Amino acid sequence: MEFEAVIGLEVHAQLLTKSKIFCGCATTFGAPPNTQTCPVCLGLPGVLPVLNRKAVEFALKMALATNCTVAPESVFARKNYFYPDLPKGYQISQYELPLAEHGYLDITVDSHSKRIGITRIHLEEDAGKLIHSPSRPVSFVDFNRTGVPLIEIVSEPDMRTPEEAVEYLKGLRNILLYLEICDGNMEEGSLRCDANISLRRPGSAELGVKTELKNMNSFRFVRQALEYEIRRQRALLSEGREIVQETRLWDAAKGQTFSMRGKEEAHDYRYFPDPDLVPVKVDAEWLESIRRGLPELPAERAARFQTEYGLPTADAEVLTSDKALADYFETCLQDFPQPKKVANWIMSELMREVKKEEAGIDAVQVTPRALARLLALVDRGEISGKIAKSVFDEMAATGKDPEAIIKEKGLVQISDTAALEAQAREIIAAHPKETADYRAGKTKVMGFFVGQLMKKTKGQANPKLANEIFQRLLSE
Amino acid sequence: MKELHRLSISELSPLLSQRQVSPVEVTESLLHRIAALNEEINAYITVDEAGALAQAKLAEARLGKGEAGPLTGIPLAIKDLLATCGLRTTCGSRILENYLPPYDATVCARLREEGAVILGKVNMDEFAMGSSTENSAFGPSRNPWNRECITGGSSGGSAAAVAADLCLASLGSDTGGSIRQPASHCGVVGLKPTYGRVSRYGLVAYASSLDQIGPIAKEVRDAALLMNAIAGYDNKDSTSAPVPAPDYLETLGRDIKGLKVGVPKEYFGQGLNADVETAVKNALLTLEGLGAEMVEVSLPHTEYAVAAYYVIAPAEASSNLARYDGVKYGLRVPGANLLEMYANTRTQGFGPEVRRRVMLGTYALSAGYYDAYYRKASQVRTLIRRDFEAAFEKCAVLAAPVAPTPAPRLGEMVADPLTMYLSDIFTISVNLAGIPAVSVPCGFSREDLPIGLQILGPPFGEPVILQAAHAFEQATDFHRRKPQWCEGKS
Repeated sequence: MEFEAVIGLEVHAQLLTKSKIFCGCATTFGAPPNTQTCPVCLGLPGVLPVLNRKAVEFALKMALATNCTVAPESVFARKNYFYPDLPKGYQISQYELPLAEHGYLDITVDSHSKRIGITRIHLEEDAGKLIHSPSRPVSFVDFNRTGVPLIEIVSEPDMRTPEEAVEYLKGLRNILLYLEICDGNMEEGSLRCDANISLRRPGSAELGVKTELKNMNSFRFVRQALEYEIRRQRALLSEGREIVQETRLWDAAKGQTFSMRGKEEAHDYRYFPDPDLVPVKVDAEWLESIRRGLPELPAERAARFQTEYGLPTADAEVLTSDKALADYFETCLQDFPQPKKVANWIMSELMREVKKEEAGIDAVQVTPRALARLLALVDRGEISGKIAKSVFDEMAATGKDPEAIIKEKGLVQISDTAALEAQAREIIAAHPKETADYRAGKTKVMGFFVGQLMKKTKGQANPKLANEIFQRLLSE
Repeated sequence: MKELHRLSISELSPLLSQRQVSPVEVTESLLHRIAALNEEINAYITVDEAGALAQAKLAEARLGKGEAGPLTGIPLAIKDLLATCGLRTTCGSRILENYLPPYDATVCARLREEGAVILGKVNMDEFAMGSSTENSAFGPSRNPWNRECITGGSSGGSAAAVAADLCLASLGSDTGGSIRQPASHCGVVGLKPTYGRVSRYGLVAYASSLDQIGPIAKEVRDAALLMNAIAGYDNKDSTSAPVPAPDYLETLGRDIKGLKVGVPKEYFGQGLNADVETAVKNALLTLEGLGAEMVEVSLPHTEYAVAAYYVIAPAEASSNLARYDGVKYGLRVPGANLLEMYANTRTQGFGPEVRRRVMLGTYALSAGYYDAYYRKASQVRTLIRRDFEAAFEKCAVLAAPVAPTPAPRLGEMVADPLTMYLSDIFTISVNLAGIPAVSVPCGFSREDLPIGLQILGPPFGEPVILQAAHAFEQATDFHRRKPQWCEGKS
């Protein structure tokens, strides 16, 4: 039976503010447990929250960058539930009146553009972390993360395939990185994604029963979990069975989703406006000053790459789809201002390294300045393009400068005419047939002679010079 | 000279600054008195002898250097839900029986800055839930005027300690009448300030949108002195008002000729005890005699106030008290699993009234009931606020009873929670509207129990209600009377 998937995402992004959302504690990741806490984030009796204006500012940047309408007044609410990592017994979040609503993000899948609606963006505080003892039936709580500001970005159920969901998530992450308000690290949990997914018959306007998927801490897991869930739901529906509305956890090791809790066990969060906080007021002036301060966003940058650097649309989109890549490109251009050449190198050699590392561009040992120097060496004819590629591999493997590698391996191009001429004469003497052919007008054999010289010099002969020498000698 | 413990702040302060008595001497005299008498009325939960004497010595040094203010060296009692750094803060609950806060509430920090001496922490209904101080895990406080009677509550320990001269003044908190009603029952002055006037930082929350800290004192002027120390904006409390606090002494002593005093007709209806009615009506005549103009006003939504309050306050409480889960501090009663540990801790840690309100509030906020209860109650709240806005267009202050009866006997209220809830009828609207009100002694019942007059003002109208209360107090001598039980006990 044919089914269509309906997917919506809830994305949580930790904001890169220096201090927590309702107190002055630091937000640095990885500090020793409970060293970044105070009476307020520990929820001790009698304390009160005070809103960090910077967190609102960061959230507003995201709202504007995703085309949302910002509420002039939004309200913090308490989400009540018991859990040891939640020191107050409630999470301060936003419910009825969120900070921003009705936005969208455009994605491209298989060169088709699609608009994904954003229902709302709201601010909330993060919870702490439980650490379970491996040896005893005891758990510990680390409250360092408690009160770190989060934004929750809720999409419309506009996605139809796992690929669209991943593209949307990548697009959100990219904007967060462009805005420099989140580090986007899914493994460390600074970017988290839950998915709602249901199936329905194509053309049907009604939504099917959905499941909520959690615990997918990479793009790959999001895709795999959605694919698995589509298969699972399709199999059930095809057999005429019903989908149970529930929350399911992705188990990456098993490659399956498992039921975590059913509808009847779902929490009643008993939301109500937090009486300890006043409504968040955003006036036109504040919003305008944030709008003016917005950095260039991916779509704008792609357009600029086409007009300013003359790049093809596809190149511009690839380069700007990852802020780090686009930054790399532009840094490289500062020292080697030939956009198309740089773009080609980045999209082939560098991207290959990025994929190999799986940890993003920062893990690649070739700095943009070093790549620029390598390209300049080629451009000046000091090394051939072919040698440059092996030098690049060596740079990526060792992090060494191109000059050092070339020197070490004696890869400098031989541009000494006398030395090359002597070897060229030897080659001509050894190949009388080809020499005769050339002199008879078959100039195509030039390639053969240059190739021989390259072989003899282990590729270090300056190809341009080699051509000149053979032309001269063969015409003698 | 009167015995030291009998003095008011206004009387003691000049003696201290003229070095006629020393803060250590005063503090020791009060500690001595507490040791002798506290057992009989159970006002203090914790007495901090060492801390109090250390603060008294600091005060003495300040007085020596001429750096003293009017509260320097003044011994005070603090309601046991205001966080005091390193000093046990129980909220009258088993669940916090051994809880030591690592920080000071803003009001306590401000009192310390002024050089005041904190004698200890005083009794209250558990988490401020109650009107009798019988809901304390540390036993009920007893009314110094008749120890078979309640002190009122929830700030019963604060009022009893002031009435029995176990401190010069105290801080209480008022969510639905918890300063004014015990002040009325114990024959002392109690001020509930405008919501946002005094920082709530460090006040262990019962119902955050209604809670407000205020002074309980022997006379109006002392209450004003305490307000001068504790009122004002605090950046640790987002709901504190960014409005500069005036000098609350300024209006005291001004006459009230021509002051329009509104009398809300809904506050003089059925259920009002005859002695209370007589005392309050006589008080209105006194005010009239001082030149005030009486105006009848109406607060038509008064009858809905108690119902709205008992939705909003428990709803907020159910959330505020969720943090007492046995995980981080306070009582933990083990269980087979996490859920059982929560249930055991909270069942054994909270008393029956707290459990009742947590359940009420949890129910009122539940999915499907929110609109019918919480949202509706919030709408009623708006109507009650408008009632007052309309009334204050016709008058400067309102005058009314505080409680429908004088202090009931111990046990009467515990048996019947609904009667207890209804006894808050004259005080609750003030909290729902966020306005200030003061209770000042205005008479005695046939059983010789004190009765208070309540004077209500518009938002930030503390200066005018204190002015009226002071004028009334100076024209009468109810505040000068001491409980029989205290006489001859030094």
